[in-house]
Amino acid sequence: MRTAVVVFPGVNCEHDVVQVIRSLGGEADLVWHRVTDLSDFDGVILPGGFAHGDALRTGAIARFSPVMGEIERLAGSGAPVLGICNGWQVLCESGLLPGAHIANRDLSFICDFVEVEVVDTGTILTRSAQPGQVLRVPLNSYEGNWVDPSGEGRVVMRYVDDPNGSQNRAAAVANGPGNVVGIMPHPERASDSLLGSTDGLVLMESFLHSLVAA
Amino acid sequence: MKVTVTIDRRPEIADPEGTTVKRALHDLGFTEAKAVRMDRVIHLDVDGEDADEVKARVEEMCRRLLANPVLEDFAVEVSR
Repeated sequence: MRTAVVVFPGVNCEHDVVQVIRSLGGEADLVWHRVTDLSDFDGVILPGGFAHGDALRTGAIARFSPVMGEIERLAGSGAPVLGICNGWQVLCESGLLPGAHIANRDLSFICDFVEVEVVDTGTILTRSAQPGQVLRVPLNSYEGNWVDPSGEGRVVMRYVDDPNGSQNRAAAVANGPGNVVGIMPHPERASDSLLGSTDGLVLMESFLHSLVAA
Repeated sequence: MKVTVTIDRRPEIADPEGTTVKRALHDLGFTEAKAVRMDRVIHLDVDGEDADEVKARVEEMCRRLLANPVLEDFAVEVSR
């Protein structure tokens, strides 16, 4: 079971994600965004950062990277695809998840721990969590304010408070089948007591448990 | 040909930046500023002879990349 952690130019959380997966006994490799064959991988994580410098809009350039065709194929086959922070923005731009992200309601870059409540355990991000479970995970974003005029987004986790104006207080959203998920806070940064929280581990474990041999 | 693309956020989508600028204008006494929207303008220089064809191509650029259809509308103006 191998996870591809995709590296776009400007991404900066890729090593943290790989480290957490390996610490949980999983296999993960960094994959450059120009790669066009992910047939050796059973799942994908798009880590956080500033892909292509967020030029034009967050995720707008990354969605046309050569690797995206393979990510669309894996998503369509039911494989787990997780976008964290900027990775979620890329998944929205690509149309794999509904909606889009705009600047936080108060125009502040939020860098703080937030509490999020698990409201849907039927997804690759939350299957090992309990309904109603509250997790303390760090948020680190300026454009975390999710907007979904279609109303089709499946909210997976909600902020307990409302830090950024995100519609339905959504902190994580899935596609219909629940195999493609975007999350704004960083579970990989809540994976060791040294980091101030281990609440992200249940989410990363959920992802690993969702991997099925391709 | 010189082409100007204006990208507007749809009226029903929040514009936190516009709201903040409006508040600052009011603080300065410009209370007549009833609404502020922060739209984007993109200037392109495009190869082509036929203005209609150039416009159609740039509209396709907007649909594919320049505008986000979830949030934004666009207008294309070609100056001959």
